[in-house]
Amino acid sequence: MRSIELTLNGTRVRTTVEPHETLLGVLRQRLAATEVKSGCERGDCGACAVLLDGRAINSCLALAIQADGRAVTTVRGLGTPETPHPLQAAFVELGAAQCGICIPGMLVTLYAALAAHHDASRREIREAIGGNLCRCTGYHKIVDAALAAARRLLESRPTGAPS
Amino acid sequence: MSDGSSTPGPDGFRIVGQRAPRPDASDKVFGLTRYADDFAMGGMLHAKVVRSPRPSARIVRIDRSAAEAVPGVRCVLTARDVPHNVLFSDVPGQTTTVGPLRARTQVLADEVVRFLGEPVALVAAETEEAAEEGARGVAVEYADVPGVFDPEAAMGPDAPRLEPTGNVISRWKIRKGDVEAGFREADVVVERSYRTPFIDHAFIEPEAGVAWLDENGVITIRVATQVIEHFRDVANVLGLPHSRVRIIAPYIGGGFGGKEDVTVEVFLGLLVWKTTRPVRLCYSREESILSPTKRHPFVMRYKHGARRDGTLVALEVELISDAGAYAYLSPLTLLYGMVHAAGPYRIPHVKVDGVSVLTNNPPTSAFRGFGSAQPAFAYESQMDELARALGLDPLAFRERNYLRKGERLASGQELETAVWLPETARRASDALGPRRAPSGPGKRVGRGVASALTSYGRIVWLHDWASAWVELQMDGTVLVRTGVPDIGGGQAASLVQITAELLGVAQADIAIHIGDSALTPLAGTTTATRQLYMSGSAVHKAASELRATLTAQAAELLAAPLEAVDLADGAALRRDAPDRRVAFRELAAACARAHRPRSAFAIYQAPAGQVMDFETGQGKVFPDFTFGSQAVDVEVDEATGEVAVLALAACYDVGRAINRNSVEGQMEGGAAMGLGYALLEEDRVAEGVTLTPNLMTYLIPTALDVPDVTTIVLESGEGMGPWGARGIGEPAMVPTAPAIANGVRDAVGVRLTRLPITPERLWRAMQEARRP
Repeated sequence: MRSIELTLNGTRVRTTVEPHETLLGVLRQRLAATEVKSGCERGDCGACAVLLDGRAINSCLALAIQADGRAVTTVRGLGTPETPHPLQAAFVELGAAQCGICIPGMLVTLYAALAAHHDASRREIREAIGGNLCRCTGYHKIVDAALAAARRLLESRPTGAPS
Repeated sequence: MSDGSSTPGPDGFRIVGQRAPRPDASDKVFGLTRYADDFAMGGMLHAKVVRSPRPSARIVRIDRSAAEAVPGVRCVLTARDVPHNVLFSDVPGQTTTVGPLRARTQVLADEVVRFLGEPVALVAAETEEAAEEGARGVAVEYADVPGVFDPEAAMGPDAPRLEPTGNVISRWKIRKGDVEAGFREADVVVERSYRTPFIDHAFIEPEAGVAWLDENGVITIRVATQVIEHFRDVANVLGLPHSRVRIIAPYIGGGFGGKEDVTVEVFLGLLVWKTTRPVRLCYSREESILSPTKRHPFVMRYKHGARRDGTLVALEVELISDAGAYAYLSPLTLLYGMVHAAGPYRIPHVKVDGVSVLTNNPPTSAFRGFGSAQPAFAYESQMDELARALGLDPLAFRERNYLRKGERLASGQELETAVWLPETARRASDALGPRRAPSGPGKRVGRGVASALTSYGRIVWLHDWASAWVELQMDGTVLVRTGVPDIGGGQAASLVQITAELLGVAQADIAIHIGDSALTPLAGTTTATRQLYMSGSAVHKAASELRATLTAQAAELLAAPLEAVDLADGAALRRDAPDRRVAFRELAAACARAHRPRSAFAIYQAPAGQVMDFETGQGKVFPDFTFGSQAVDVEVDEATGEVAVLALAACYDVGRAINRNSVEGQMEGGAAMGLGYALLEEDRVAEGVTLTPNLMTYLIPTALDVPDVTTIVLESGEGMGPWGARGIGEPAMVPTAPAIANGVRDAVGVRLTRLPITPERLWRAMQEARRP
């Protein structure tokens, strides 16, 4: 066992892990972060995506020890019902979530994509979520919601601010 | 946007028809929804299933000593430990004996295994790792026995038999007119065979659940299921009274028919019963793909005859469905295929024969479209070929032959509600706009259209019902309770919207409890596109009764005649003097003082019918149908055979859109699933071995495979559900695959009769067609 410390949604947490444990397993089983979903455990579906130091990764393909000393953000770190992120607000308003199991991974992936590319096109949004499988929605309303959120984010950015 | 409480709009509705945000969506986007595997209990054991690595074998012996010796292993179960080792695939909750349809499955394999992946033993341990090690420690000695892997071969006299009575588990027939006479009238005959593959539901949430023994000795199973009424099946396996098993369905991470038959719940029930500890069981993706059930592969032989003027005169069909190793719902799935086999067309002479056959392949059962998606691929491909053979426009040819309201299906059932097929086909086709130009050299574009009818609601002789309970709380808010499993289609949200409409209360002031077989009134299965129709009607009935009670109470308080009282904005008010009002909180107190109930319980019973005539296949089978069409523009890369869907439009008469976002969401998601069926998806099974046990080899559509979907929602108001709503869940995926196949035919001139249309298959077909 090895002790690791990471920042989970802004809070410093410490836990002990086996060297072979995946970040997904440790988040769900040791840190109660069950908002991170497990769909395939081999990087095919994107349901387990989280941000590691701001970059979207499949947490099933990372070892927990790789997160030592780093910041992990899940969908709960993006916003809350009181202070929703524009992506979360747009997903509710435009009906982009059906069963919802892919949504936590979808949202963190889009968060990272929009942070890197605030005026992403429909095509670019589809490319960004190309590794996030959804079986319910056909992706249409997910892309609509991401574009709506991108517009809201652009409007709320102070002019001239660095990107 | 209306929240459901204010005054009605011009269409007379306050919130019905709006894009009301779904109450469940908020928890989902903030990561707060606790799905089946997001739940844990103190002292919980972890379970694993030991599965057969062979498709057809005798079990010589099972030695579990090594498994029991693994530190942390608490329980190992095999068939001999199961009190009643049989599950029946009856239609849950129904009263009619379905006799010949009764199908049985063993809970754990006893003596023989019939398919690769069949459960043989269960292991429960203190940790998941110990359970895995224990599962590896169960030593099963097998002796292979000859298997059969093709349904046509399985019908042969010398084929290995899975059941002593033979491999054919059901035969259906439909007879209308004189098909030979019909073909004599035909100027053109088109005859082709079509094949469809095994398909995996591939919901992103694998089968999962946690179960425990509650303080009253009730085995409580919180599980991802479309059918909480499997509590009866678990109780029967354990030999317990039905009231000793309770099933709770949290919000489900996708169903599509794959969580309709029993999955993990019976294993959880057994392990809790044996250990008295809480137990968790969650399938890996590979297990999810290897375990039952899949969509049936169909072999479909179609022969259509038409007159030179474009009138259909005769149809002969043979359907062969691969039931896999156990019957499950295969007989019913085939019956659906039979009734839908002729499509939405008027054909005077029809003969349909269907057979469902056991093999040592993966068991097949319910899947969105339930036996109606396979024939749609065949009949809509046939319609295009007939139109071409006659030199007619495919749309005009269809329009000439579409059934109309008041006419009858080949099975004799009258279409009693609006049939807006011509409009759906035209609107979908027109929505694509002008024909597209190819994106470059070596690319060819084509357009395809397909129409379908798809039943919603359960077979009429199964006596379907749903119940619901609605209460005005003492604080003025409203509570709905109904045993609906919500699999993501917005089942619960639509019920909240219906309640908001009828009681004039904001959606935010309505809470709903769903999916608990002990504490919510039973509402039947979330299958067969029946929940909006059935539980929607039950909630509509209960809320209407409560509305009448509250109106009567308010009329007394407001000294107004009944008809002058309206419920709006969470209050009762006089229509002629809206400032004279009683808030719901006061109204609740007044009801209590007057001994008036603040709640209403209602049962909605679907209109029942007689069992069809099994000799002729004549009779009413379904409550009603949903009609719709889809149109696509595709581009084919001639060098690779790759097909890209450039544009897709879907148009349906949904009767009444309760929640517009949810209706469109079904249409968009259904089209995406249909696109996967057309181009990508196939559980490749060789001699009973699944070669595609993960999402890298079993391909479902990504965001880059699916185009934007144009949705056109028509509302005839003539469905059987609340305010004339029809169901849309299953119909939404049915026409997509034939529309794409027709688009490919239009683009490159070859007809693919086998799904999926992979680049290899299309490229080979194009090469073949070029040969002199």
